[in-house]
Amino acid sequence: MSGSATPTPAPNGDLSVRIRKSFPGESASLFALDVDFTAAAGFTILFGASGAGKTTLLDCIAGLQNPGAGRIAVEDSVLFSSASGFNLPPNRRSVGYLMQSLALFPHMTVSQNVHYGLDGLHESERQSRCGEILELLRISAMAERRPEEISGGERQRAALARTLVTNPRVLLLDEPLTALDAVTKSQILYDLRAWNNQHRIPILYVTHQREEVFALGENVIALDAGRIVASGSPHEVLQRPQSETVAQLAGFENIFECAFVADHPEQGTMTCRVAGSTLDLEAPLSRVDRSRPLRIGIRAGDILLASSAPQGLSARNVFSGVIASLQQRDVMVVAKVNCGAEFEVHLTPAAREALHLESGRTVWLVVKTYSCQVLQGI
Amino acid sequence: MILQALTLTLRLAVTVSFILLIVGVPLAYWLAYSRKRWKFFVEALVSLPIVLPPTVLGFYVLVAIGPLSPVGRWYQAIAGHPLAFTFEGLVVGSVLYSLPFAVQPMATSFASIDHKLLDASALLGASRWRTFRRIVLPLGLPGVLTGFVLSFAHTLGEFGVVLMIGGNIPGATRTISILIFDQVEALDYAAANCTALLLLALCFAILAALYGLRKRAAWDVWGWK
Repeated sequence: MSGSATPTPAPNGDLSVRIRKSFPGESASLFALDVDFTAAAGFTILFGASGAGKTTLLDCIAGLQNPGAGRIAVEDSVLFSSASGFNLPPNRRSVGYLMQSLALFPHMTVSQNVHYGLDGLHESERQSRCGEILELLRISAMAERRPEEISGGERQRAALARTLVTNPRVLLLDEPLTALDAVTKSQILYDLRAWNNQHRIPILYVTHQREEVFALGENVIALDAGRIVASGSPHEVLQRPQSETVAQLAGFENIFECAFVADHPEQGTMTCRVAGSTLDLEAPLSRVDRSRPLRIGIRAGDILLASSAPQGLSARNVFSGVIASLQQRDVMVVAKVNCGAEFEVHLTPAAREALHLESGRTVWLVVKTYSCQVLQGI
Repeated sequence: MILQALTLTLRLAVTVSFILLIVGVPLAYWLAYSRKRWKFFVEALVSLPIVLPPTVLGFYVLVAIGPLSPVGRWYQAIAGHPLAFTFEGLVVGSVLYSLPFAVQPMATSFASIDHKLLDASALLGASRWRTFRRIVLPLGLPGVLTGFVLSFAHTLGEFGVVLMIGGNIPGATRTISILIFDQVEALDYAAANCTALLLLALCFAILAALYGLRKRAAWDVWGWK
């Protein structure tokens, strides 16, 4: 049994999940979780507010909770089936699960933690696989340290290495990067992508952060109160938000398809041109593939609007444009400004009065570099 | 005389604490993780010796292992001598009497281990046994050691149960605490004082060592792998 941790994974096995789990003691119409989806190889983002059932869903797939009714399978290999009364225990599922708390074993070194899931393999094989994964995740230098002796980002890498080294058939990541700073986060995402390019397994990635959705998402599933309220590509899900949850997720009112123009490493910035325009945006230097199209997201509330050409500003992005429309929404004014590309800008009614704004008027938009979020799919 | 009683007492305490280590760890594991409804029943039973007068426990054990009981007859048939008023009988009584002192610290430390660690172990393919061996036992080691040492110390000083089951046979059942009782009965206060002081010093040294070691993280002290 102990050798069952690392069977050769079936390549590209789709994960299919159908669950109707009810809270114990509640009426049959109230389900804690009622989902039905298939995740192919690659990243599938699970998005939802806390309490939406994301962690419960992952626990059910991993076998830590009983789903109640339904079926969970990887390709043809059934993990759970209420119809046949089958429930594979978690230690025989080959499901990699990175929990939010990481759960690194505190009494073992990083290396011992990573070795833990390779019981039953030859020592030489174990050594080489651990060496490889520690190398890939850049924590070889921490191998002999205990979890309490390394930084948060290193702990995250160690936990990820411990999970990946077992070659799981499915990978479940529960907000694995929430606590990290942007640089560390993007580095780990980069390494995770590199790993997945080799292994191509279904990865369910729980997050409530929009940046990660765009950075990783081939496919997004939005959960609300235990149900799937939207699914599709990040763009499909975010452009037409049909629920409160997705609307939150779509917090970037401005998302531009861009092409990379130039790096300015000494300033920590990069220039990108908005597709179909001559508009150049200066964004923070990001770890993205420069040869492929990328996206830049800007929140409407982060844009300043000026009625005359501003001077002496620290902001790098200043564009002149014409107001295409002005609309009052509750206590907020939504302005659409055409600068070669259309920007959505949010301002207060008082600001509209003070600046005498109206359709057709020329205005200037000011966007700080750090308000430009660089996003790229896999 | 003191030496004989001391050797006997130490032999009893060592035997009892090792038996309790072997019995106590699985029992504590079960108490810490079982979800059985009737768990409270076992918990109460294990804790009973804490509140029960030793004479009551001793009386029932004596009846249970006496030559009239099935256990007593069974033992006599196998060993060729009765269980009551022997060293072996003393061991049985002491194990029951010190059981809560071994099990409670062990169960408490097992229960305080983050359950996510056990989940993580299972997710990495480990069986329950492997999880117990590699995660529960090393992380619960401080509690296991505390239980071990407490049961040892508790057996050293026990009196009522020993007197009930063992009587007062030199070299077989006369432990230090019984010896003190004897010496006081014989109005030999000087000898009693000497014996009592010895027991006092011994118990204090053990407890001091226990708390001294516990200050440091268990896995650093013991280098568990």
